[in-house]
Amino acid sequence: MFAFVIRRIIQSVLVMLAVAMIAFAMFRFVGDPVNSMLPENASTQERGELRAQLGLDAPVTVQFTRFVTGAAQGKFGISYRNKRPVSDLIAERLPATLELVFSAAIFALAVGVPMGVYTALHRRGFISNLLQIISLIGISVPTFVTGILLILVFSVWLNWLPSFGRGEVEQLGWWSTGFLTVSGLKSLILPAIMLGLFQVTLIMRLVRAEMLEVLRSDYVRFARARGLVNRAVNYGHALRNTLMPVITIVGLQLGSMIAFAIITETVFQWPGMGLLFIQAVSFADIPVMSAYLVLVSLFFVAINMIVDLLYFVVDPRLSVNNKASG
Amino acid sequence: MSTSTPSKSRVNAFLDSDIFYNFRKSRVTVVATIVTLAMLLSAALAPWIAPHNPFDVATLSLLNSELPPSWAEGGDPRFFLGTDGQGRDMFSAILYGSRISLSVGLVSVALAMVIGVVVGLLSGYFGGLVDAVFMRVADVMLSFPTILVALLISGIARGALPREMHDSAALIVLVFAITITTWVQYARTVRGSTLVELNQEYVLAARLVGRRPMAIIFLHILPNVLGPVLVISTINLAMAVLIEATLSFLGVGMPPTNPSLGTLIRVGNEYLFSGIWWVVIFPSLTLVVLVLAVNLLGDWLRDTLNPKLR
Repeated sequence: MFAFVIRRIIQSVLVMLAVAMIAFAMFRFVGDPVNSMLPENASTQERGELRAQLGLDAPVTVQFTRFVTGAAQGKFGISYRNKRPVSDLIAERLPATLELVFSAAIFALAVGVPMGVYTALHRRGFISNLLQIISLIGISVPTFVTGILLILVFSVWLNWLPSFGRGEVEQLGWWSTGFLTVSGLKSLILPAIMLGLFQVTLIMRLVRAEMLEVLRSDYVRFARARGLVNRAVNYGHALRNTLMPVITIVGLQLGSMIAFAIITETVFQWPGMGLLFIQAVSFADIPVMSAYLVLVSLFFVAINMIVDLLYFVVDPRLSVNNKASG
Repeated sequence: MSTSTPSKSRVNAFLDSDIFYNFRKSRVTVVATIVTLAMLLSAALAPWIAPHNPFDVATLSLLNSELPPSWAEGGDPRFFLGTDGQGRDMFSAILYGSRISLSVGLVSVALAMVIGVVVGLLSGYFGGLVDAVFMRVADVMLSFPTILVALLISGIARGALPREMHDSAALIVLVFAITITTWVQYARTVRGSTLVELNQEYVLAARLVGRRPMAIIFLHILPNVLGPVLVISTINLAMAVLIEATLSFLGVGMPPTNPSLGTLIRVGNEYLFSGIWWVVIFPSLTLVVLVLAVNLLGDWLRDTLNPKLR
């Protein structure tokens, strides 16, 4: 167990170092930041000063060490575009993205799980078939098209909900939250639905498949033989065993939801990290891009590691296999 | 198939085969195939069938701008799907747009396939360090969402290019980004199939008669691992079109002067609040239908050719 944990942590650290290396290589070799920050007619002396100020005159190895130590402390240099520290920019934008992803995940679970359970229990029903077809279409519709349709229907035609921004936000220390105001909550609805919708189909299919599997098992058959009512069997026995893998997948999906938030944030002009990143990509603002890369990778690696470790705790078979393979 | 008699019998054999029977039985697949072929054809023939040339500024007139579709009130029969803010015919713009979207998709799928298949074959056959390195890279790439990888690569490519080249090189950057993002799946799958084939007797026999490794890999193993590659290619075409559209929609793909479907949707999105919905709805609909049709086709191929895949 202990060896496994250590090995898993070392592996994660290695992946993070590799990501840091890519991020650093972007910094070092893609374009010349001095050219993009200064006007074209800047003198050689001005260029030299800025170069020294950014630390670009040091050897590559020194720069990489600086980059890693800086990144570990959350320092990613200065944005080429906004001329402000990247860490400040990200700290401003992080709460918006995390609140969006959190709400979308809740929405996806609240809608996807019941849909999955229903389609599993009533396999041949009309509504089940309808839900299946809708989910197939849902996978094929690009998320930004979903977002545009939501805006067209609920903002332009019905004029019920706002189509851009976060509404009013309250400041809790450095964390700005939209959960506490009416306009903040209203602004959250459409983006959260758009981001969550793809996950809804995923969760629905997963719950349905798992549920069908569990419903066939002896354990459910014996529960029925004991004379338990359908509801107790379906929800007490079957659903509870289904939820474990579902929660794992949703956990793993959180990372990709942070990435997909880029699209949602563009459609709804949501002032989060994704919007910051997409602006950075179109301006080739390398410090912001590499900071985003490192941060999102950190989320990914951490989530993956936690899930792996949890599995190890939950599923005793893994430790046996592990010993066998060395 | 140059002479008529053998090709005819081959066609007959195909028409009699299980695969074609399966195909005919699945009505959804037949429709999806017809839709896909129609879209490919109309995209390829866009310059000849489009009623207007959307890139010829001389034929545009602001008097024709923002006209609704021809069947709606105030519509003009010359503009079947209406016009955009510059008086451009939407139907023609969509034809040209899907031409660009499909070109990017097809080229990047072809490139990714070649790279992925070669890497997969070599990794599987030789194993060792090359294999370890490639598969680690594949692991890391697969653990991130494709759209994020594609965004990063196009961002890096843009950073490496001077700013004034961004628009003219957009097509190449897109193909590059999508190829780099999607070759991994081929490599993974082909490597797996190669490992299985290595244990087959025909490979052993080829080795015994002294064929060189390269001949064994490309003449003996390659034909036997192509089934899954076809399936992945179909599904990846849908994915490539989707990635292209997303990047263009996000503003890091095709420029508005040479729009793909994604760019058209991005431009149309800006008109959303002025009530001219057709500028955004029709390109979106085209994209959805295209992706859905190709996906359905891919699903059917997967089930038919290799029920065990996935």
